[in-house]
Amino acid sequence: MTTARHAHTGSGPTGHDPDGRGHFGRYGGRFVPEALIAALDELAAAYDSARSDPEFTTRLDGLLADYAGRPSPITEASRLAEHAGGARILLKREDLNHTGSHKINNVLGQALLTRRMGKPRVIAETGAGQHGVAAATACALLGLECVVYMGEVDIQRQALNVARMKLLGAEVIPVTTGSRTLKDAINEALRDWVTNVDTTHYLLGTVAGPHPFPVMVRDFHRVIGLEARSQLLQRHGRLPDAVAACIGGGSNAIGIFHPFLDDASVRLVGFEAAGDGVESGRHAAALSAGAPGMLHGALSYLLQDADGQTVEAHSISAGLDYPGVGPEHAFLKDSGRAEYRSITDAEAMDAFALLSRTEGIIPAIESAHAVAGALQLGHELAEGAVVLVNLSGRGDKDVDTAARWFDVLASEELPDLPEGEAQ
Amino acid sequence: MTSRLAPLFDTCRAEQRAALIGYLPAGYPTVTGSKELLAAMVGGGCDLIEVGVPYSDPVMDGPTIQAAADAALRAGLRLRDVFGVVESIASAGGRAVVMTYWNPVHRYGTDAFARDLAAAGGLGLITPDLVPDEAQDWLAAAEDHDLDRIFLVAPSSTDARIAATAAATRGFLYATSTMGVTGARDAVSGAASELVRRSRKHAPQLPVGVGLGVRNGDQAAEVAGFADAVIVGSAFVSAAADAGDEGGAAVRALAADLAAGVRRADTVSA
Repeated sequence: MTTARHAHTGSGPTGHDPDGRGHFGRYGGRFVPEALIAALDELAAAYDSARSDPEFTTRLDGLLADYAGRPSPITEASRLAEHAGGARILLKREDLNHTGSHKINNVLGQALLTRRMGKPRVIAETGAGQHGVAAATACALLGLECVVYMGEVDIQRQALNVARMKLLGAEVIPVTTGSRTLKDAINEALRDWVTNVDTTHYLLGTVAGPHPFPVMVRDFHRVIGLEARSQLLQRHGRLPDAVAACIGGGSNAIGIFHPFLDDASVRLVGFEAAGDGVESGRHAAALSAGAPGMLHGALSYLLQDADGQTVEAHSISAGLDYPGVGPEHAFLKDSGRAEYRSITDAEAMDAFALLSRTEGIIPAIESAHAVAGALQLGHELAEGAVVLVNLSGRGDKDVDTAARWFDVLASEELPDLPEGEAQ
Repeated sequence: MTSRLAPLFDTCRAEQRAALIGYLPAGYPTVTGSKELLAAMVGGGCDLIEVGVPYSDPVMDGPTIQAAADAALRAGLRLRDVFGVVESIASAGGRAVVMTYWNPVHRYGTDAFARDLAAAGGLGLITPDLVPDEAQDWLAAAEDHDLDRIFLVAPSSTDARIAATAAATRGFLYATSTMGVTGARDAVSGAASELVRRSRKHAPQLPVGVGLGVRNGDQAAEVAGFADAVIVGSAFVSAAADAGDEGGAAVRALAADLAAGVRRADTVSA
């Protein structure tokens, strides 16, 4: 077996690539203005050549190891597992990466590619600020100008990350149109890109958008699943029974799912944000409750009304608060290879508290959705089943939100632990 | 089949002038209000109306049209209202095509949308985020319902893409004059005439319209010097927005200024 260090990027085409125009079955493609097609073609060609070029993949592997801190460890969460109906829970610790989430994998890859294309300027969108911080970090490292679009509402919710981006030398532009959140930040980044495409790379932060973004961003995150698969085989001598990940745009989920696609015994389960509950209409569960449609350049599942207008998403997690989802997830849903469920704000926050109190790990609220999902799966699977959870980010950025949710600042009380065996 | 817009461009050619195409979002400021504004634009001299479909995520549009689309949606515009607006243009003696982002059509059903647009008297569709590569369903529906399909080319389009896009187009080729979003500009981009020249090389018979940035008669005259049609959008929206209750008179006056412009084409830029 190759060592984890050299298994990282999994260079070259995978057995599950889209067609030449970026279609995963009927999903994906390019629903963008003609003005962007040349830039997308340039990007696709640059990525095609880079993914098979040892100079590029070696450089990226080096940055992932020596800068981002890969491979990320696997932690067995035994005390958490006492609440999981007899299953074992293994956490893939993307929260321990530099900048605190899986996002660093993709930004290092795309920033290197930006240098390779000879473009001096990078634009990015961000919701919670995790991708914006990661993009600003990679741009600082590689000497690129960085402009981050962020909804005005999110700027207010995530002041700390705004400061971080500025400290890293990025310009943060408030987006005041539409819902003033992630969706509108992407619209504004696309408008900037159309205008400045000769000098600028759009460093998209998830597996959505027009081809080649879904396949390229996926490939940069496959390292998560490649490492985890190899770590489980080496350390535990077996594959997991299920893999759990949270889904906003779906980048951390596709990254950990993808290397397991051909392992038929491994269930792949994505957990979307149900917000106040899918039945309430205030949620972000595009796969569970949306319908196929185009948003931000690709056909996928989408929260939309009867006229095809995008419906605003709702989640306590700013990183999952997105009405669309990456097209490969739509394909995996329809094919049945992956399952998609949803977790409410309350369920996610219970899991957030439980993981913090039982394991000493404060997760990002995004990742708490995956933890809540793993607890559900544990109760459904046989005794001793192994559930691999992508702990995609750490919760530092969410301390303020969590403190309000649990009211820990105003009172002397610690939050009550949820009933572990409620199932 | 022949383009539904062929008679218009034949007339313009006979009169040795460019066509004037005016844009307004359906339902702006209200459904009734947009019908009145569009009738005034026809009366003022617009040869063809582009009826915009307000959409929640208009990535090709600048602030002016975004705000108008938002206002129309907030005022309660439904997609089916667009067909009534199209019908009203024919009643006012005008010609109409619809300009729409693709998801509303996809959601409505591509064939159903084409059927209902044709029934309302619409002549075709302009599709700012649908390139011919992804347009199989639309091209089939357009054929079935005899509608023009107007695709866009940009300064960044390669010659191969211009040729392929022109081949899929019926009606006219929409040349976006600058790299950027919609909005009136002080100067007409130099990239526009070059893009028209490249387009003509690949499709000598296909009329080419130039949009993005034109706001007055002098700019219209400049564009008319090298293009078959001058497309004006944000300037009409601004005129209507700034004039409030007098919006009809304002857009009529702007249309008249632009219509005079396309009739005294500058030849220097050709």
